[in-house]
Amino acid sequence: MRDSATAEGTLARWALIAIAVAFLGLFLALPLLAVFSEALRKGFDAYLASFNDPDTQSSIGLTLLIAAIAVPLNLVFGVCAAWSIAKFDFPGKSLLTSLIDLPFSVSPVVSGLVYVLLFGAKGLLGPSLSDWDFKIIFAVPGVVLATVFVTFPFIARELIPLMQEQGTSEEEAALTLGASGWRTFLTVTLPNVRWALLYGVLLCNARAMGEFGAVSVVSGHIRGLTNTMPLQVEILYNEYNFVAAFAVASLLAGLALLTLVGKSFLEWRYGDGLSAVRRP
Amino acid sequence: MSVAVPSRGLPWTLAIPKPSAMPGFGITFGFALTYLSLIVLIPLAVLVARASGLGFDGIWRVATTPRVLAALEVSFVTSALAALVNAVFGMIVAWVLTRYRFPGRQVLDAAVDLPFALPTAVAGIALAALYAPNGWIGALFQPWGIRIAYTPLGIFIALVFIGLPFVVRTVQPVLQDFDREIEEASATLGATRRQTFLRVVLPALSPALLTGIALAFARAVGEYGSVIFIAGNMPFKSEIAPLLIVAKLEEYDYAGASAIATVMLAISFAALLAINLLQALSRRRLGDA
Repeated sequence: MRDSATAEGTLARWALIAIAVAFLGLFLALPLLAVFSEALRKGFDAYLASFNDPDTQSSIGLTLLIAAIAVPLNLVFGVCAAWSIAKFDFPGKSLLTSLIDLPFSVSPVVSGLVYVLLFGAKGLLGPSLSDWDFKIIFAVPGVVLATVFVTFPFIARELIPLMQEQGTSEEEAALTLGASGWRTFLTVTLPNVRWALLYGVLLCNARAMGEFGAVSVVSGHIRGLTNTMPLQVEILYNEYNFVAAFAVASLLAGLALLTLVGKSFLEWRYGDGLSAVRRP
Repeated sequence: MSVAVPSRGLPWTLAIPKPSAMPGFGITFGFALTYLSLIVLIPLAVLVARASGLGFDGIWRVATTPRVLAALEVSFVTSALAALVNAVFGMIVAWVLTRYRFPGRQVLDAAVDLPFALPTAVAGIALAALYAPNGWIGALFQPWGIRIAYTPLGIFIALVFIGLPFVVRTVQPVLQDFDREIEEASATLGATRRQTFLRVVLPALSPALLTGIALAFARAVGEYGSVIFIAGNMPFKSEIAPLLIVAKLEEYDYAGASAIATVMLAISFAALLAINLLQALSRRRLGDA
């Protein structure tokens, strides 16, 4: 039975829903389930014991450190870029906006490669760096740089469209009433964009903690020193230490799930405060 | 999330803003531009300079060695197939999410973004465990003599996973805004549901669909983390181009790595450009859908 001329029959409708659910189940639910099931394969004690490994612990510490550096840097950049692009008119604006998205169209491996070409032992600045006895590639600074590169656009691209939509009239009113530029930003602009800002931070953080390809190229895989959690997953997996590999992976999967929940919550509850494409 | 829809830019001129009462242009613009240059533009320029230092002949020599050619072929063919599969199923998922109301729809909608949120290494080992001969899915195919993990089929599976959200997320908003009255008009004029879909709805969706396919394809070509665990990485069989870049770097062959990276960038930009053109054409034909 069909209820209108523009709807499919009941059978076709349920068949399509079944196909969609089966496809998403096969490609999304099953891999996620596999992570937790493999991590707990030898019981909960073995799962917990995986985190006693000092190398694993230091990889968790490094991942937190990297995110704590990369996210604030890209946050400041995102706010500055959005302020100048959304509140002012200048030639070349759309070019600047598309250049900001550039890191998304570059392969993660190439994102790492560009820094090796710059700072590696045979790179452009490599020899002078080694004169100064300062290492970037195969050291923590390289891992930070690669992470900053791949997470570069996340916050800016949430703020720019929203602030463009909001225009400048509220800020102009505050300025006319005598508020300083900084105060106008803090009391007028920031409250207007806070949910979009949080949304961008959420996505930026998820990628910063989970990046693999770019980081793998520059890190050198030095245990306890330059291994982030995703790299530790790789090392444990290649050593056939599957329970430990999936245990670390389960933390990252948990982070991904939390990110999705937070993101959906923001879209549902504060959709009006997000850029138009994020509104349900 | 990382759906980057390219926009057209004007060539650079000096950034002088039109007179405005707003403060802080100098410092915010200055910081943004400096940071963008240091983190993104200069490093990418170094890659381009390095590759152009090899000259066209040098790049060609690296790109046409049999192993590199084989890896490029594996990368581009599996990426194209994965993007096509995602086009079909992504359309169905987008359709079901926008047109039907059923319990669990919102969870399904949120879950579509999982491949963006899940670290690629985690996806990689999970897929490898599932599709290995003793895995939940691999074991089902084992009696038939079909191996999925450690073959190009495994690469294809991983690329379907990471490309999954693109078509859904580009088609969904267009479908949401699509005027149902047009479908009603088509039905009133005697079209069957199938005719209405193929001749009225699909043409209006095609620019978004093509964008989604192009983005999924471009992402798949560069993908590394989710692929290497399930690929087996056998030269000439299941070795992808990004892995070859890593291999060259490990040998400190910066020139070789830059050459492969340049070829990959050039081919995927060409693909994006071609699809953008196609999209512009279909838009013009439809009178800006």
